[in-house]
Amino acid sequence: MEAETLSTSQVTRENGDSMRPRRYRIVRSHKETHDTFTMELEAVDGPANGTFNPGQFNMLYAFGAGESAISISGDPAQEERLMHTTRVVGTVTRALGTLAQGDVLGVRGPFGSAWPVSENAGKDIVFVAGGIGMAPLRPAVLQVLANRTKFGGVTLLYGSRTPGDILYRRELKRWRGRLNDVHVTVDRADEKWSGDVGVVTTLFNRIIFDPENVVACVCGPEIMMRFVVMELQRRGVSDSSIYISMERNMKCAIGFCGHCQFGPTFICKDGPVFRLDKIRAWFNQKEI
Amino acid sequence: MNAQTLEPYLKKHPFFKGLSSDYLAILVGCVKNVSVEALQPIFQTGEPADHFFLIRQGAVAIETSSLEAGAVTIQTLGNGDVLGWSWLFEPYRWNFDARALMQTRLFSLDAKCLRDKCDRDPAFGYDLVKRFSRVMVDRLQATRLQLLDIYALPTGE
Repeated sequence: MEAETLSTSQVTRENGDSMRPRRYRIVRSHKETHDTFTMELEAVDGPANGTFNPGQFNMLYAFGAGESAISISGDPAQEERLMHTTRVVGTVTRALGTLAQGDVLGVRGPFGSAWPVSENAGKDIVFVAGGIGMAPLRPAVLQVLANRTKFGGVTLLYGSRTPGDILYRRELKRWRGRLNDVHVTVDRADEKWSGDVGVVTTLFNRIIFDPENVVACVCGPEIMMRFVVMELQRRGVSDSSIYISMERNMKCAIGFCGHCQFGPTFICKDGPVFRLDKIRAWFNQKEI
Repeated sequence: MNAQTLEPYLKKHPFFKGLSSDYLAILVGCVKNVSVEALQPIFQTGEPADHFFLIRQGAVAIETSSLEAGAVTIQTLGNGDVLGWSWLFEPYRWNFDARALMQTRLFSLDAKCLRDKCDRDPAFGYDLVKRFSRVMVDRLQATRLQLLDIYALPTGE
């Protein structure tokens, strides 16, 4: 186990068979944007178990359609419920999107490594999210907010396609008062948008952090993360202080099937959160 | 505030980070402090690009417009950003509109004055062009990323 990233969680092992889904009931579901929705889930059988580390994911099983790896986007302090924000991109997520309050789905997990938030008390934290990448970062932001005085400057940079694609809009407003900086930008503005326009990397000019004493947590499309990494490096942040969340075709979630192999690692088991220096050699490689 | 007293403020602007005091002394003769009210234009497409601007505090939208789409914001700029490079290249005319999104304080640098000084002191000119090249490369890369429409690409499953 790497000290910097927690491996597949103890919680999963304590739950027994990590390949057997547990039944969860949807207690709340709402649309976030035109193609994303958030579900809150409670265990049907046995005690509630929403324990997870920020950055981890669950395998959500839409019965009759299949399973998909979905990051947990809830508050890690709230153990009674699981929360997932999902974007409709394929058969399974489309099926999940049709489920309503009271419906039951299968859940395996939580799996994977976590954002290194609690390990980096005293440091500046820069969160950089792109698109649906805001969802896996939300638990880490909430964890920081719950322990705000333990950290230095905390900044969130969030890039979205359009104003209509921005997740957690009301929360972002609240976070503005508690984080040092929250900057949201869109690639394409409409006439009602009065905020920033441009890609997320352009926001780095607006923020201040100590490159020697910062941890950057980056989540979004891989292309975006590559450019964000370049921007962080240009500002003197070392690879060992940059964490990225990778996404691949995760199927078994426990490193058996090999679908999500990334160089010598498996995203599901060794990731999805990686310290950049640990995967540097493969990060920019094509067809890996 | 006269030009001489702007020097310490100019020195603090990120665009001139590390600029030698000799070059700063050359610059101050071409700079003045301006303030633009919210929603007011700073420059418009086709007008002579006879200044460029360094944003001290505020926000600026770079816009273009068409009959079909109306005004379209291409990019927003904020504290510490540079506004405008058309002053460097003939025919020295703006290609886009710039509008203050809030009350915005800027350094306005006289283009003719600077071009003359660059011609007289090529080393100074080279330093300035290198700084602008960095800004242009950053904007080009940002535009490429914007064109890729990365958040529209399907991920997972």
